[in-house]
Amino acid sequence: MKRWLWLLPVVMVLAPLAWAAFAPIALPTRDELFEIPPGTYARRMAGDKIEILPDRIDLTLGLNDVLLLRNRDEVPQQFGPVLIMPGQSFRLPFEVASSYSFACSAHASGQMAVVVAPTPERGWQALKWRWQHFKKNRNKQEEGR
Amino acid sequence: MKRRALLLATLPLSVLAATAPAPRLKAGVFEPAQPAPEFALKGSDGAELKLARFKGKLVLLVFGFTNCPEVCPTTLATLAQARKDLGADAADVQVVYVTVDPERDDVTRIRKYLGAFDATFIGGTDTPDTLAAMRKRYGVVAEKIAPKQGNAYGMNHSTSVFLIDRTGKLQAMMPYGHQAKDFVHDLKILLASK
Repeated sequence: MKRWLWLLPVVMVLAPLAWAAFAPIALPTRDELFEIPPGTYARRMAGDKIEILPDRIDLTLGLNDVLLLRNRDEVPQQFGPVLIMPGQSFRLPFEVASSYSFACSAHASGQMAVVVAPTPERGWQALKWRWQHFKKNRNKQEEGR
Repeated sequence: MKRRALLLATLPLSVLAATAPAPRLKAGVFEPAQPAPEFALKGSDGAELKLARFKGKLVLLVFGFTNCPEVCPTTLATLAQARKDLGADAADVQVVYVTVDPERDDVTRIRKYLGAFDATFIGGTDTPDTLAAMRKRYGVVAEKIAPKQGNAYGMNHSTSVFLIDRTGKLQAMMPYGHQAKDFVHDLKILLASK
């Protein structure tokens, strides 16, 4: 019995990895939300530099493939490629994996890119996707602090 | 008694219909939809070009310029194909093309250009300030690209198509690159909605 004990740590490492690679990926929503919080215009007028939308947004088909932009400020806001009224949202679904470029006055480059990756296949791709998703969420949490 | 039984039998169906989610558009959707900004331009058909003219119709609003090498011809050809595919319903769809290059695009040039795609398309131009104010209200970007040689400049401009419903509300925005069948899909949904 004791001679099999060395296998225990191996199984403890491999089992979660196997789960991450082969279990179906399910997210609570397909929306990738970016939100302009209330008071953004006032803060910008006061000289604060506020960047909400990155130059590049990465989405994955079938998982998080809907770009959701929401303006919770009191004034209309140019949000990426669209002008959104106060309290209004813009929901843009993607059905084809590709790179999309939008003319956008809100970015210094004048462009905003949305890169939609294909749905990750089970195995290595799924494992990689979960790791990147984990890193992205961790970065978001750190930025929020 | 029979009527009551029939009512009870159809009740679940009507509840289901009432709670069924609205069909999703392929385009990006504004939630809630708000009135599309009104404008008044010189129309390529000789009349004043205003949104109010098309109340009761769906309006597909495009911004571009007639010297555009790729995006505008592709978009206009796609919209022309979508109108053909819609059949009789196309009568309720109006394509409006507003120039971002008033320096070169006068009404005659726009009319000739649009006629090559679909004779029903209507274009509009005006002073640079009027057009810039309109673009601002729609969140549309347009800027001149300096020519590498000679004076044939280009224009960098927003490439999406705005979908305005029969009541004049800005419902959606279709990004560049979608095929005619995607427009047909969305136009059918918007035409069917009250």
